[in-house]
Amino acid sequence: MGAILKPRTLPRLRAAPSRSRPRSRPRSRGSPRHGRSVSPPGPRAGTGRAGPGPGPAGPRERGAGRAAPAAAAGCGARRAGPGAGRFAPSVPPSLAHRPFSSAVVARAAGDGGGSSSEVQWCFLQVKGAIDEDVAEADIISTVEFNYTGDLLATGDKGGRVVIFQREQETKSRPLSRGEYNVYSTFQSHEPEFDYLKSLEIEEKINKIRWLPQQNAAHFLLSTNDKTIKLWKISERDKRAEGYNLKDEDGRLREPFRVTELRVPTLKPMDLMVEASPRRTFANAHTYHINSISVNSDYATYLSADDLRINLWHLEVTNRSFNIVDIKPANMEELTEVITAAEFHPHHCNVFVYSSSKGTIRLCDMRSAALCDQHSKFFEEPEDPSSRSFFSEIISSISDVKFSHSGRYMMTRDYLSVKVWDINMENRPVETYQVHEYLRSKLCSLYENDCIFDKFECCWNGSDSTIMTGSYNNFFRTFERNMPRDTTLEASRESSKPRAILKPRKVCTTGKRKKDEITVDSLDFNKKILHTAWHPMENIIAVAATNNLYLFQEKVN
Amino acid sequence: MDTMFVRGLKRKCFDGEEDIEGTLAGIKAIPSYNLQRQSLLDMSLVKLQLCHMLVEPNLCRSVLIANTVRQIQEEMTQDGTWQMINTQSTGQASLDRLVSTDILCRSSRDQAEGKHVPAYGTFNKDFENDQAQDSSDTMSTASAVQAPRNLQSSVWEMENPQENKGNFQKSLDQIFETLENKSPNSVEDLFSEVDNSYYDLDTMLTGMMSNTKMGHCDSLETFSSSTNTASNSNCKSDLNDLDHIVEILVES
Repeated sequence: MGAILKPRTLPRLRAAPSRSRPRSRPRSRGSPRHGRSVSPPGPRAGTGRAGPGPGPAGPRERGAGRAAPAAAAGCGARRAGPGAGRFAPSVPPSLAHRPFSSAVVARAAGDGGGSSSEVQWCFLQVKGAIDEDVAEADIISTVEFNYTGDLLATGDKGGRVVIFQREQETKSRPLSRGEYNVYSTFQSHEPEFDYLKSLEIEEKINKIRWLPQQNAAHFLLSTNDKTIKLWKISERDKRAEGYNLKDEDGRLREPFRVTELRVPTLKPMDLMVEASPRRTFANAHTYHINSISVNSDYATYLSADDLRINLWHLEVTNRSFNIVDIKPANMEELTEVITAAEFHPHHCNVFVYSSSKGTIRLCDMRSAALCDQHSKFFEEPEDPSSRSFFSEIISSISDVKFSHSGRYMMTRDYLSVKVWDINMENRPVETYQVHEYLRSKLCSLYENDCIFDKFECCWNGSDSTIMTGSYNNFFRTFERNMPRDTTLEASRESSKPRAILKPRKVCTTGKRKKDEITVDSLDFNKKILHTAWHPMENIIAVAATNNLYLFQEKVN
Repeated sequence: MDTMFVRGLKRKCFDGEEDIEGTLAGIKAIPSYNLQRQSLLDMSLVKLQLCHMLVEPNLCRSVLIANTVRQIQEEMTQDGTWQMINTQSTGQASLDRLVSTDILCRSSRDQAEGKHVPAYGTFNKDFENDQAQDSSDTMSTASAVQAPRNLQSSVWEMENPQENKGNFQKSLDQIFETLENKSPNSVEDLFSEVDNSYYDLDTMLTGMMSNTKMGHCDSLETFSSSTNTASNSNCKSDLNDLDHIVEILVES
């Protein structure tokens, strides 16, 4: 037959988590129980029922174009206006009602003086093995905090998802101050083989997106190149004992031994966290999925591949709506692909998608069923003096993220991060150079393919600071108001508890100062592509190949 | 620690010559710029071919590389470099040409002779030449292109060798089309031929691939994959098939 099957040299993860995974003591067994349906109490996600308690907006709200639902009972935290921040039902009402900007930052800065002083980061934890030989399956491919920041999910190239949970601060261990420990580990996607095309479908998790919590269970969407899955992570700390017809070990009792009726009772048991796939959204993408984004109505989400964007309803797996299609009639004319897409955080009819030519298109789903015509088109005019053969490649946008407020969006191209005001299309309002010293090395970076690396970027909870990764395990934060920027390194050397991270500097001129690093000595195999910022506090998660570093702000 | 260079290719890059990029800075600099542009073109075509042969070609990367190639080609057309290359045409040198100039500078006599040497046979040799030579000879730096051209040139010849550089566009388009229209028979041929060849220099050098090159276009139209692959297969491909089947069985 002669078809190619990429040789797999790594053992596949089955039921048990790989031993190379997190070093900290697992909080629970975290064994995946596929197929078990433990039905939770309360309404299901996305049904649109206007029941009591917090619930999604439902289809009837979407047509109105408003972001906030008519205040469903008890969940008045959501706002349509700017400064509302992400909706988090489990956030105490006092915090939810207040705009994020001043309160949270002042608290997090620790000095009570507002956001004027620079944030000092110190090491919190690192997860992952220290071996020099990194198994490819262990390379982290996505990192995402949930809406409250209590859960942190990572996906890797082996198709596994590991969820960390923040420990509650207890009086007995006041200094632990919210460490993250393993909560659940499960195999989300398996490698598949497309027989029609004779191609292997990678199990690498491209993106994870959490759904807002509506009941005791947690839900997240995880996707590989072709298939999106909705996972439910639930806790079980009770089990039923005393079944009438079954023994304790599950065997059926002999009928003659059943002499009386007994009703099972719930007995406490060790906490077990189960992950079960609740929906599988498959067969809708011909090309590789690069983004998923949950809508603010919490009933729909979009998935984007290189040429198309589809809209799904969380409850419906056998149908999706194609809302963007940039595939040319003649594939020979293809010159541009979609690189990322995201819904607006408040307006459930608005989404943006970025392209490989450095443009962003904002679309309004109310205007047409097929949003091939954009409502807004964002592109910065090219600087003719810096034009080179690599101009287009480095202008390709690898990530687009709305600010929490919804007023701004941030794009990451190869050398810079740009902040756009969505009301101004002709140029960004802010541009930050991430590693401008690489501009003279573009040819080499093209040769070794590093120029195609897709870096992500993220906002902090108050939208005052942005963060993105670079090479040599460096990552950078940019404070927008100052403007002030910092370069930090995620390394084992600075991994002592509460050790303050020392800012790093790359030497761009000939003279290298002490502690500076020359461009030529940068390790281009150590790249930080995925970072995440806690939605409310100054805690950041940085994925460095197979290790996950957690840093938090220094508290006096 | 120089970790920037994965390949053994001698560097022919723009590094350190900031002013050259994008401008023609004088007659003396022109050969150097052209040379660099040429090597960039070669590199890009090899990359395109590489991702053509990967299990799952990354469409974004392919599009970006293809656009770069187009850009180079346009610039070369504009400043007349195309013409320069055109005028120099020898029998053997035609193999070392750029992908598109292969068409441009083929005289009708060459076409009538139906010259088609399996370029894979020279791939290894030229690759080494590329590393060794000091890039003084601008014409032969296109040797790294042998591999991708093979796949395309047979198609071109069968279509219309007389067409001008529009065929170059077509070559890129072929790549996209095959990415897009993967029919089982063509895919099998596509991957059967290149998979073995790319990882096995011996197979390449013995010119076993030449058979499939000629048959490539045919198999796109007709379902003759079985005969082609059968004629192609050797022990190695059989072993690969066996491994492949075992893997599938093990996985399921």
